[in-house]
Amino acid sequence: MLHLALFTIFGAVAVAGAVNLLVQRHPINSALSLIAVMASLSVEYLLLGAEFVAAVQVIVYAGAIMVLFVFVIMLLNAGEEELTRGSRVAILVGIPGVLIGAVLIAWTLVQHSGTGEVAIGALPGRPETIGWLLFHDFLLPFEVTSILVLIAIMGAVVLAGRPVPTSQQPRKEA
Amino acid sequence: MVPITTLHYLVVAAALFVLGVIGVLTRRNVVVVLMSIELILNAVNLNLVAFSRVWGLHGQIFSIFVITDAAAEAAVGLGILIAFFRNKETVNVDEVDLLKW
Repeated sequence: MLHLALFTIFGAVAVAGAVNLLVQRHPINSALSLIAVMASLSVEYLLLGAEFVAAVQVIVYAGAIMVLFVFVIMLLNAGEEELTRGSRVAILVGIPGVLIGAVLIAWTLVQHSGTGEVAIGALPGRPETIGWLLFHDFLLPFEVTSILVLIAIMGAVVLAGRPVPTSQQPRKEA
Repeated sequence: MVPITTLHYLVVAAALFVLGVIGVLTRRNVVVVLMSIELILNAVNLNLVAFSRVWGLHGQIFSIFVITDAAAEAAVGLGILIAFFRNKETVNVDEVDLLKW
C-alpha cells in the first residue's frame, strides 16, 4: 500500500514536471521543473532499492548538473523563447511519427508485461556492493570513465574560456 | 490493490523518454534542448534501475556510468553554448548556421 502510494505520487510528479518543462517558455522555469523531476526520480530509485544511485542522482544531477544549467541560463540572460509558426513537413511527418512511436512502445510493454513484482524493502543496491562491483568487475570501464571526465573538464575549460590571441594578430604587450 | 511491477516503472520511463524526445524536436532554445536530453538520460536510468531489480546489480552500475556521461556531456555542451553565444549573441537552434554553406 505504501509502495503503491509513493510510486503513484512521485511518478505523477515526475511526469507532470516533464510536461511543465516542455510547456514553460522561460528556460529558468524549465530548469526548476527538471529539478523536481530528478528529485522525484530519486525517490523512485529508493523504492526500487537502489540507495546509492538515489544518492548519486540527488548529488550529481539535482546538485551539480542543474547548478551548471541554472548558472549558464543566468549568464546568457536568455529571455522567453519566441514561437515560430512551425513547418508543414514537421506536422505531416511528426504526428504520424509520434503515433507510431507510442504504439510501438505500448505494444512492447504489453508483450513483456509481468516482468516481475517489485517488493519494497530488502535493499540490494547498498554502497558497499556497488563499490565492490565498480572496483572489481567494472574496474576498466571505471578508469576509462575517469579519463573521459578529465577530457570533458579540459574541453569545457578550453571552449568556455577566454579566447587566446593567435600569433598572427599583433599582441598589445609586444 | 494492484501490486507494483517492473512494468509500472517502465511506463513512467517511457513517458519521460517521449516527453524528452518531443522537447529535443520542438524547442528552439539550446539550453532547453540540453535539458530535454538530460530528461531522456533520466528515463534510461529509470529503466536500468528497474531491470536491475529483476536481473542483478549490473543495471545500477550502468546507470552510474550514464550519470557520469551526462555530467561530462552537460559540461562540454554548455561550454560550446557559451563559446557560440560569444560569437553570435543567440541561443536559438535555428539561428545556429555557421556550418551552412
